[in-house]
Amino acid sequence: MRRSRREKAAEPQVEATVEVEERDPNAPLTAWDRVKLARNPDRPHTLAYIDQLMTGFVELHGDRRFGDDKAVVGGLARFDGSTVVVIGHQKGSDTRENLRYNFGMARPEGYRKAERLMKHAEKFGIPVITFIDTPGAEPGVGSEERGQGTAIAESLLTMASLKTPVISMVIGEGGSGGALAIGMSDRILMLENAVYAVASPEACAAILWKDAAKAPEAAETMRITAADLYTFGIVDEIVSEPVPAHEAPQATISAAGEALGRQFEALMRLVDQPSGIDRLMEQRYEKYRRIGVWEVDVAGAAVSNQQQSAVSD
Amino acid sequence: MRQFFHRGDKFQPVSVDDERLNQPQLDGLWQKCPNCDETLYSREVEHNLNVCPKCDYHFRLGARERITLLLDEGSFDEWDTDVRTADPLEFIDPSGSYATKVEKTRSKTGESESLITGIGTIEGRPIAVAVADFGFMGASMGSVFGEKLTRAVEQSAQTGVPLLSVNASGGARMHEGLFSLMQMAKTVAAFARLGEARVPHISLLVDPCYGGVTASYATVADIIMAEPGALIGFAGPRVIEQITKQKLPDGFQTAEFFLDHGMIDLIVDRATLRRRLADLLDHYARARQVDRGESIPWIPNANGSGRELNGNGAERQNGVAQ
Repeated sequence: MRRSRREKAAEPQVEATVEVEERDPNAPLTAWDRVKLARNPDRPHTLAYIDQLMTGFVELHGDRRFGDDKAVVGGLARFDGSTVVVIGHQKGSDTRENLRYNFGMARPEGYRKAERLMKHAEKFGIPVITFIDTPGAEPGVGSEERGQGTAIAESLLTMASLKTPVISMVIGEGGSGGALAIGMSDRILMLENAVYAVASPEACAAILWKDAAKAPEAAETMRITAADLYTFGIVDEIVSEPVPAHEAPQATISAAGEALGRQFEALMRLVDQPSGIDRLMEQRYEKYRRIGVWEVDVAGAAVSNQQQSAVSD
Repeated sequence: MRQFFHRGDKFQPVSVDDERLNQPQLDGLWQKCPNCDETLYSREVEHNLNVCPKCDYHFRLGARERITLLLDEGSFDEWDTDVRTADPLEFIDPSGSYATKVEKTRSKTGESESLITGIGTIEGRPIAVAVADFGFMGASMGSVFGEKLTRAVEQSAQTGVPLLSVNASGGARMHEGLFSLMQMAKTVAAFARLGEARVPHISLLVDPCYGGVTASYATVADIIMAEPGALIGFAGPRVIEQITKQKLPDGFQTAEFFLDHGMIDLIVDRATLRRRLADLLDHYARARQVDRGESIPWIPNANGSGRELNGNGAERQNGVAQ
């Protein structure tokens, strides 16, 4: 894991400036700086990754129930010599694109499309790669009518026992349940300036700080950066961004592709062994089973489950 | 009819700290029904299972009250009371530290966390229960909630005892950050295994049920029920209104709305809940008996006397409380 401070880009500067570029370039980035980087509209989005890392992409549309949600893209593609099913939230780089993609906020149809494609992958023994980049699932009357919660829950249930390897990468914003819905995978990778949170810092600040403007403070407290989540054992690998992704999209995507390739190969080696899928299922269950921190009384003292497992290891 | 259950602004959820979420206390002599504004004699409400005798409004119940109403008297055996909240993020907001907040909530409520798990019986039929307590930080799902629920589910998968989850929640517990979000994955994974073991999961959605609980195990159950008028959704109505600038339709996100849109199996009022659950448990037990030739000791036989033939043809008393 390499975590470097932001350096001045060697590449030509993109004209859209974010506030962070006016800071002391040597100061470490705050969580809020990263939130802004993660949301930068010029940051590469899912289709850019598919375009650069994969060949022969055939986009598949629709949930076969109600509609085709453009906030989630997916299909068959070739990655590192293997056929994969690739799925991701799609954001736009400008207002027009964002209206088309609904700012990357999926509706129930998006999750049902994702789930359908995952089952398709399982049927043909194809591994799945997902790219996470969403402010969250769409809050809306239609989404509620069509079961937003149910759609996310069903996608999780499918991922829990999907008998094929699944790798996820948080490339921008990992917004709560709407992100997790396509991210319950065997390996979770994360770009250095991506964030992944239980709620948006604005929502958290509005509720607990009673003031959405306190979002920068909330962002810090919520521990939402890749480095935090790696320390917590939730994220498996961080892809470093020597330069923020929007300043060096190609280089960032190749670094992401390298990390994906390595994890992909390791997972394929596992499933190619006898009863490899069973072991994969066992490992996936254990991966999520152990997430959480709590305490139990041991001889009158509170001992956390993490300390306990450290002792028993 | 929808208007009937729409309680307007008074009951707009949902944040775990929202003062308005504090349920009207039931210990005063008189109280007002939040739905029909009728002044009610508290005793009468209590005798009526905490349902308004005038308008059928189902008052919110704490987890303990719920368990008392649900299970046979004295049958409840609680699990995992020693699992305590930790503070992995060392979370502090202007109201203080998370650790202090939990401590205060504990002494105020007498509960150790927002989910109570254990086993009991309904009319003699064993059932594992996981009951969320809205009074404990809005029944938000954090590490302890997830761990206790997962253990209960794993236990059921092993013993074959059906599991009932009673779900009210403001969503994930923000103070535990991504650990909380990941409880959605952890619990759903456990329920996936319960499904593979073909042990029934019945989910009862009660007022209010939102966020990460609605978007995880609570809505992938074999049977999904809701109490009349319960507010159920993914995003809170205020958030939707703010973002969409749309006026919300009457009865939006009520149990009746959820039923109309095909998202739940049935609405069950408090008075018939035990009977319904007993019926369902019998159906699954019989199905399993036919399917696997297993003997289920607690199914009453045709005359309802609580006796049945087991697999060897011997008669056995099973003590069903009728």
